[in-house]
Amino acid sequence: MSAAMERAPLTAPAAPDRVSLSQRLARRGLDVTTLLLMPALLFVLALFVYPALYGFWLSLHPMNANGVFGFGNYISFFSDRYVYGTIFTTLELAVPVTLVNIALSVPIALRVRHLRKQRLLTTILIIPVTLGTVLTAQGMLNFYGPLGWFNRILMTLHVIDAPVRLVHNFTGVFLSQIVSGFPFCFMLILSYVSGIDPSLEQAASMLGAGPAARFRHILLPLLGAGLAITFCLAFVQAFSVFPSAVLVGSPSGPTRVIAIAAYHAAYEQYDYSMGSAIAIIMGGVQIIVVAIVMKASAALYRGPAAGGKG
Amino acid sequence: MKIESEIAGKLWRIAIWALVGFFIINLTGIILSVVVDSLGTSWFATWLPNGFTTSWYSESWSSFQLGGVLVVTLEVAGAVLIGSALLGVPAAYALARRDFPGKKLVMLLFVLPLIIPPFTYGIPLASVLYQFGLGGTLTGVILANLMPSVPFVIFILVPFIEQIDPRVEAAARVFGAGTWALFRTVMVPLLLPGILAALVLVLVRTIGLFELTFLTAGPGNQTLVVALYYSVFAAGMRANQTIDAMAVIYMVTSLVCLIIALRFVDPTQIVGRSKKSAAH
Repeated sequence: MSAAMERAPLTAPAAPDRVSLSQRLARRGLDVTTLLLMPALLFVLALFVYPALYGFWLSLHPMNANGVFGFGNYISFFSDRYVYGTIFTTLELAVPVTLVNIALSVPIALRVRHLRKQRLLTTILIIPVTLGTVLTAQGMLNFYGPLGWFNRILMTLHVIDAPVRLVHNFTGVFLSQIVSGFPFCFMLILSYVSGIDPSLEQAASMLGAGPAARFRHILLPLLGAGLAITFCLAFVQAFSVFPSAVLVGSPSGPTRVIAIAAYHAAYEQYDYSMGSAIAIIMGGVQIIVVAIVMKASAALYRGPAAGGKG
Repeated sequence: MKIESEIAGKLWRIAIWALVGFFIINLTGIILSVVVDSLGTSWFATWLPNGFTTSWYSESWSSFQLGGVLVVTLEVAGAVLIGSALLGVPAAYALARRDFPGKKLVMLLFVLPLIIPPFTYGIPLASVLYQFGLGGTLTGVILANLMPSVPFVIFILVPFIEQIDPRVEAAARVFGAGTWALFRTVMVPLLLPGILAALVLVLVRTIGLFELTFLTAGPGNQTLVVALYYSVFAAGMRANQTIDAMAVIYMVTSLVCLIIALRFVDPTQIVGRSKKSAAH
């Protein structure tokens, strides 16, 4: 409606007597303004779609078959336990990390939204996002190491007798993903939670709903879509974990994630074909997870409380 | 019954603040241990280093060639800022203002780089860049970093542009404004806050973006975060303190950007804005 109003003075005086092609295109929404899209679109086609297709083509022409078409890379990926196991290693890390981050973020966000001075807390919590995983890893090696402050404090308090091993294993990667992933989840969820009208909850409370019932029947359905989006965005980061899996994990054993396998094939064995195949499998798993989450959240969102939004 | 639920509520609140406190303590410990170590002379099995010195910084600066690395980082970040503004802003405007056949497909195309792991397209992208002779060059690193930034700018700006009333532009047209005048006197002032917010976030992201630079950079054009990765990866070749000094330099660079960013944007408002516009 508003778009039609805006276009009217542009096209009507220009060609009043005949319905030109440009005018017919403009009616469908294709005019000079739409063309502003083209540079970005061409850029994404050239640097995302073309490389992705090229990678797919490359992965179907294995290096050890002298570049002849074949599924050799995929077959060898799924026949080697050490290689295809990286999918499960990565999922075992990424799914719990993402769930823990969301499970921590929701109650904290629900409490923080009532605060007047959110700004200081949100600033502190956003710092790890900008530090990135590499700096977090280096800090963790110092802090959680056998001689680090964390172990020293616990030993001084006699909680433990000998230092706990918290880095160079699965726990290290898990912790680093929480340190750098939780603030991101928290920010997103806080902004979704702030978007919910507090009067809905007040009404439910007045009708006798306790905190648990209010969460289950009011907040959860309204947050459904936001939680799903947060899950997807947080999951990409956890699923493509690379630097911390190498630096605070044990990259040849328990934290050999799929990104390491892809990097190893492409940059250490110089087999770009195999590297692309693993990269594409990685993208495929990611898309499957996103699809499942989106389906699940759609089921949650169709619940009766969604009607309260309008 | 009522007292019981009040106690439960209080315990719940205490538990939540304890959780937040525990997180912040650990975070402080992680950051502080890097800072303290970078300033300490030698630090083994004690609470604090034996003495303090700033010499690690000069050693770190010279042994990692940090001057050059910082210049590369700023060049990459600057070019990505300009590039993502030039490509992203017009596209966001078109997407916010027009409905056309295939718009859903275009949106999907822009969302994919944000939800697909950087490694998935980074490895083929690196091999494409090497084919065109751009692999390992500064241009290649800039193009690779620009890739996820353009969709990122678009997704921040579309809801922002949607909330600006299109009748403002129509009114300017009625009063005889040409395209250039419309752009300069109406659109730029209205869009500037959103563009600034998006670009500052791009800046923070580009400085921290590891994977794509890691996959495309050659030895002479690493950004700070990749140089830091290599130094931690090869730990043991140099004193841990020099690595920590470099980490502190990285931290200060990105914190300065963050502080600038927070002057322009409230991080919790970004999704809130898009949510409102998605509702109508």
